[in-house]
Amino acid sequence: MSESFGNIEAILDRFPPQPEHLISALQDVQAKFNYISPAAMRAVCDHLGVPISRGWAVATFYKSFSLVPRGVHDIRVCLGTACHLKGGARLVEGLERELDVPREHTTKDMRFTLETVRCLGTCAMAPVVMIDEEYLAEANIRSLKRELKKI
Amino acid sequence: MERISNVAELEALRESLHAAHDPERPVVRVCLGPGCLALGANKVSRAFQAAIKGKGIKASVQPLIKETGCHGFCSQGTLVNVDPFDLFYVQVKPEDAEEIVENTLLKGQAVERLLYGENGTRYRSSSEVPFYQMQQKIVLRNAGVIDPLKIEDALMAGAYASLAKALTTMTPEKIIDVIEASGLRGRGGGGFATGRKWRIAAANVRKNPGSIYVVGNGDEGDPGAFMDRTLMEGDPHAVLEGMIIGAYALGSDQGYIYVRMEYPLAIKHLSIAIMQARALGLLGQNILGTGLNFDIQINRGAGAFVCGEETALIASLEGRVGEPIPRPPYPAEKGLRGRPTIINNVETWANVPCIIEKGAEWYAGLGVPHSTGTKVFSLVGKVKNSGLIEVPMGITLQQIVEGIGGGVPGQDRFKAVQTGGPSGGCIPYELKDTPVDYDSLRKVGSIMGSGGMIVMDQRDCVVDVARYFLGFLEEESCGKCLPCRLGLKAMLEYLDHFAKGQGSPQDIDDFHSLARAIMVGSLCALGGTAPNPVLTTVKYFKDEYLSHVVEHKCPGGVCRDLITYSIDPEICNGCTVCVRICPQECISGDKKKPHTIDINACIRCGQCMDVCPVDAVMVA
Repeated sequence: MSESFGNIEAILDRFPPQPEHLISALQDVQAKFNYISPAAMRAVCDHLGVPISRGWAVATFYKSFSLVPRGVHDIRVCLGTACHLKGGARLVEGLERELDVPREHTTKDMRFTLETVRCLGTCAMAPVVMIDEEYLAEANIRSLKRELKKI
Repeated sequence: MERISNVAELEALRESLHAAHDPERPVVRVCLGPGCLALGANKVSRAFQAAIKGKGIKASVQPLIKETGCHGFCSQGTLVNVDPFDLFYVQVKPEDAEEIVENTLLKGQAVERLLYGENGTRYRSSSEVPFYQMQQKIVLRNAGVIDPLKIEDALMAGAYASLAKALTTMTPEKIIDVIEASGLRGRGGGGFATGRKWRIAAANVRKNPGSIYVVGNGDEGDPGAFMDRTLMEGDPHAVLEGMIIGAYALGSDQGYIYVRMEYPLAIKHLSIAIMQARALGLLGQNILGTGLNFDIQINRGAGAFVCGEETALIASLEGRVGEPIPRPPYPAEKGLRGRPTIINNVETWANVPCIIEKGAEWYAGLGVPHSTGTKVFSLVGKVKNSGLIEVPMGITLQQIVEGIGGGVPGQDRFKAVQTGGPSGGCIPYELKDTPVDYDSLRKVGSIMGSGGMIVMDQRDCVVDVARYFLGFLEEESCGKCLPCRLGLKAMLEYLDHFAKGQGSPQDIDDFHSLARAIMVGSLCALGGTAPNPVLTTVKYFKDEYLSHVVEHKCPGGVCRDLITYSIDPEICNGCTVCVRICPQECISGDKKKPHTIDINACIRCGQCMDVCPVDAVMVA
């Protein structure tokens, strides 16, 4: 998606120029462009009247912000307590090997971003993996490989 | 629907909805809670729509498909309830829809094979199932029953009647009295008396006139917990109604609900509920013609566990980095934008309408003294019946894990129960008779927390669990105060050593005293409670720490450096699944012949154990 100035403006128009909208505005930028570029950060901070250092402080403090472009598909492996007990950590390791990418990174072909998440709130079906919007219940590396092939 | 301008119109609307409802009309309720959704419940729902269309059922008796929030019994999903027959179907797959439509909806007969069975008994109604029988649903009264996207459904279930009662028959002062007398305590974990908190905030506003804010905390960050998610998704109006009543009691005109971004459905359901409530005039200007002005805005969390702490949550609402500040002043005195702010967990808010409706005395009679009412728990981990439960306070751990949960599959007792998330502790089987209430859990070194209850069995390792929580908190520490920032790192190093079988018994004692120092020295509850999982595991399972350090063994078979995998030739059926999955290619064996692992090449990744269809892979 092109990150033209007009697109950013359309997002910023939704927010009154007050510093308290910093997180919400960055969330909308992230949702639209799937990461926050230096240019986008400057536009957001200028609009809301906050120093750019504060913009970066927020973007690096909260986990949901990405400062680099993300892959087309999100793979989120749950590492909540129930998933941990049922082998969530083994799943991440297996996927790192399968996709040849370390966790919290994107594959070279930009197809997949492999992420770990501390609880998706689907604990009764542990271990759980989410591929984009789809939940995979009681996952194992075999069922994951099968799912990945479908994409 | 038109805007309602007074209580009489609200009741008239409710009556007209009831009058238009045909009690004989079949209703198929498909659970779309977190567990069922993960099992493909939306496909089941679509299959019902298609099956009904295919049968060409006459319009007058056209069955209604309702997509509801979580019904609770997640391990049996997808759950389907069919009324007016009061039939409860479990493990329903899309291909079962046709048969249910044909036999139940058209002929009124039960599909026996889909009824829940236990110990040779088949149960027709969910109310007869043991899992539900020991529960008491107050907060979750409508979850799994109503369609959360339709305010009409909520109204028919009685929503906003308590608000009408509060606005027209009670003074703000009276409401605070009732909440205080009910004994309601904060459901987010702290357990502070809700009524007292409100009274303090109300007094502060009188002293220092101006704005006051109410906030619903739905930043359910504890791993292993999905109570708030289920409530916000399944009955968002209960949260809204509680907050509007609170706004009236406190004189607030603006509320916020802070929801973690990992819960997109909760955000969606709350947003729709807010829009519908606004359209009806239950939020906005001059609510129900009483002169009350109040609105609610949703703020999405951005992925920081510490923002569940109230001062960090306020910082986040103000668009800042979520770093806690020392209390006092408490938010009830100086919170959002420097004004008095009441932050309650969304479950606490959902209790409020029930207390207003049935009275403080009724509520105080539930549960036990000092911990009144009910509590929602997510019962998960190594337990047969996992899911979401609501029980009266004071019920014992054993009643929950064995009575409701059906115990550990394949083992005669649980090893420990972890409550309170990363701030809580591991309670051993020996303390199974501990009543689940705020004070009893604190006495054994854990806390109530927000309601995660994770059952551990003999195959789990307490050192690994302590390491898991410490790793979580070390990552989530905001870094502002030193004891938490560096102390947790140091503790994690100890645990990494123990998990590798390194260290000495003296280290276990040093580790223990470091934990106590972090507890005393940290700025907020994240660091202040972080050592709980460690302190309880050292206290109740010191033998297991010693096994790691002295004997270099992990009794649970979890810590990677201390285990070896092997294949039991008696059990192995030679299916070659593990041979194909092994990343080291160190499993050999022909089809239909027992396989063997070359332990010198094995990296102990455990994939073979996870995929083995007959559980032939052993750990020692």
